[in-house]
Amino acid sequence: MSNTDVRVEELAEQEYKYGFVTDIESETLPPGLNEDVIRQISAKKNEPEFMLKWRLKAYRHWLTLKEPEWGNIRYPRIDYQGISYFSAPKKTGLESLDEVDPELLETYEKLGIPLEEQKMLAGVAVDAVFDSVSVVTTFKETLAEVGVIFCPFSEAVQKYPELIKKYMFSVVPYTDNYFAALNSAVFTDRSFCLVPKGVRCPMELSTYFRINEKNTGQFERTLIIAEEGAYVSYLEGCTAPMRDENQLHAAVVELVALDDATIKYSTIQNWYPGDKNGKGGIYNFVTKRGKCAGRNSHISWTQVETGSAITWKYPGCILLGDGSVGEFYSVALTNNWQQADTGTKMIHIGKNTRSNIVSKGISAGHGQNTYRGMVKILKGAQGARNYTQCDSMLIGEDCSAHTFPYIEVKNSSAQMEHEASTSKIGEDQIFYCKQRGISAEDAVSLIVNGFCKEVLSELPMEFAIEAQKLLSISLEGSVG
Amino acid sequence: MLEIRNLHARVDDREILKGINLVVNPGEVHSIMGPNGSGKSTLAQVLAGRETYVVTEGEVLLDGDNILEIEPEERACRGIFMAFQYPVEIPGVANTYFLRMALNSIRKYNGLKELKPVEFVKYVKEKMKIIRTSDDLLKRSVNEGFSGGEKKRNEIFQMALLEPKLCVLDETDSGLDIDALKLVADGVNAMRSPERAFIIITHYQRLLNYVVPDFVHVLVDGKLVKSGGKELALELEEKGYSWVENSSQSAA
Ligand SMILES: Nc1ncnc2c1ncn2[C@@H]1O[C@H](COP(=O)(O)OP(=O)(O)OP(=O)(O)O)[C@@H](O)[C@H]1O
Ligand SMILES: [Mg+2]
Repeated sequence: MSNTDVRVEELAEQEYKYGFVTDIESETLPPGLNEDVIRQISAKKNEPEFMLKWRLKAYRHWLTLKEPEWGNIRYPRIDYQGISYFSAPKKTGLESLDEVDPELLETYEKLGIPLEEQKMLAGVAVDAVFDSVSVVTTFKETLAEVGVIFCPFSEAVQKYPELIKKYMFSVVPYTDNYFAALNSAVFTDRSFCLVPKGVRCPMELSTYFRINEKNTGQFERTLIIAEEGAYVSYLEGCTAPMRDENQLHAAVVELVALDDATIKYSTIQNWYPGDKNGKGGIYNFVTKRGKCAGRNSHISWTQVETGSAITWKYPGCILLGDGSVGEFYSVALTNNWQQADTGTKMIHIGKNTRSNIVSKGISAGHGQNTYRGMVKILKGAQGARNYTQCDSMLIGEDCSAHTFPYIEVKNSSAQMEHEASTSKIGEDQIFYCKQRGISAEDAVSLIVNGFCKEVLSELPMEFAIEAQKLLSISLEGSVG
Repeated sequence: MLEIRNLHARVDDREILKGINLVVNPGEVHSIMGPNGSGKSTLAQVLAGRETYVVTEGEVLLDGDNILEIEPEERACRGIFMAFQYPVEIPGVANTYFLRMALNSIRKYNGLKELKPVEFVKYVKEKMKIIRTSDDLLKRSVNEGFSGGEKKRNEIFQMALLEPKLCVLDETDSGLDIDALKLVADGVNAMRSPERAFIIITHYQRLLNYVVPDFVHVLVDGKLVKSGGKELALELEEKGYSWVENSSQSAA
């Protein structure tokens, strides 16, 4: 074992593969936050009046709030006045790939997501967001044929204000928490999707997107609505270039599922985690929540989190409709000095609601991994059921794993099941693999992938493979 | 093929192997017997390269190269296979996936083309004709929830698949019922060839009825104290280890 530890130090020098900066002209507001900045953002985005009012309201509320301190994470104070709140490549709104800045395309190339190929990739529509503004949207037409609306959020604000007015803030109100309030004031862009009644969205919807501009906070906003009997599967994948400064990222995602509707939301997150000494990296403070508003509706969150210096994220479900189901499948991997405090919130309100939680935390290096989960069964939630499984795996001696399950049951008919385990990756397992000719690195990634299997199998096929690769890359050098 | 010269190994501060000498030629089957705790598994693990055991003296030559400085995975690629006394479970990793990864690592090392999933399935089907195993075991996670006997059979199946040069079986026969024992023996016999050698660690004559060894060695307290032909195993069964222990002392 001691031999292994030495290698951990020696080899924990995995470079961030995507650490490059694209040099394209962009329009960036100077750092700072005040009402004037918000007015400018709104004006630049050509927003209707109601949106500016909402932004200002959220901003004023945010000013009254304090940054939360309960998370099991440590980071220097964020200087909110030191951040620029708007950045956009100058050329935008292009119809075909030929018009896209070649350098931008090259950037995507390096990320392994050549848009040209994406077009052909069966059934994947890509809404590529570069910094704050969506640059190109493909597959819109195919989707339009079946009546699916899939567009950048800011476009929806202009085109479908009634839908925005109806659903925005209906799941995550701007008063929800510190970061949600900030996001509501200064949000930039991301996706809007509506799948109409009875429609099964014919393809996986996917957004790739990265943070590029120096010191640019990112405040994406996503809203997905599945009407009665509709089905949609959405995947977000993110990468960001190498930076020394810590970059703030505070997204809000709202999902609404009506009667018999299903939304699957999958995330692969591999933002810059900081270097091996813990310098740099993204701060990721995300609010994601789904509302199972209708009977027998179904929302499923799957996340593979391997990036960011700090992850603070609790995708949850409000199970309002009778018979609705909420699921949370999570893999969180922390290596070097990464910290993750993540988990889920399942609020059972309707009768016979079910929630299923499977969390896999992996810590290597000096990584610190916290699972924080809340399951609330309200009074009217007759026959509610929850199953929680929470497994941690430790690689090396300097990392840690913590579990904080909060359970609140107000209805005695509820059935709760909780399982938890912590394991160390075994020297005997690694030796067994080596004896069969498999290298230590491959062995670790094999064992970790096996450990995460229940979660990875929830991802759409091609993304499951991507996630496996990502886990292997993120683990490189964690064991000798 | 294999030459062990004056091998000494320790764990923590305790010397376990105290000067082992053994030559194994291609095509030979050697059986090692000996009381509990005498160092049989330790010898197997040292051959396979487990870092827990520190070699303090001696050499192990495989085809003339000293392999003691070589990583375990490379030794495996060079053709050393050890069937574990206690096979390890790897939850969530499908047996076939594991085997394909192992086979391809070894093939790659030896300059052979890696097998694609489809080719691999074909290859597995071929091997299943020689070593009977169930589809069910292949689909399940590596050794997870396998019965003791199933784990041992799985080791033998892996061995057949990886086609090693030197097969070290550490008590593969322990805990097997009569049918499974025959299955394992048939597998080993099917794999016997002029190029391949076996070291079979066992406590029982039983297996040796089916797999007839060319040599039997007795390991006591970290040393090979007696060697002979297959009759030695029968003699041991009859007289017990105290017989060799005493005779070795009188010889010393
Ligand atoms: N990792 C270890 N740490 C401490 N002691 C060990 C370790 N491995 C082996 N030993 C000790 O070395 C001695 C030899 O063990 P070994 O497993 O080689 O015996 P064996 O001959 O295979 O016995 P058995 O017939 O019971 O399988 C035993 O006394 C054992 O306790
Ligand atoms: Mg033993």
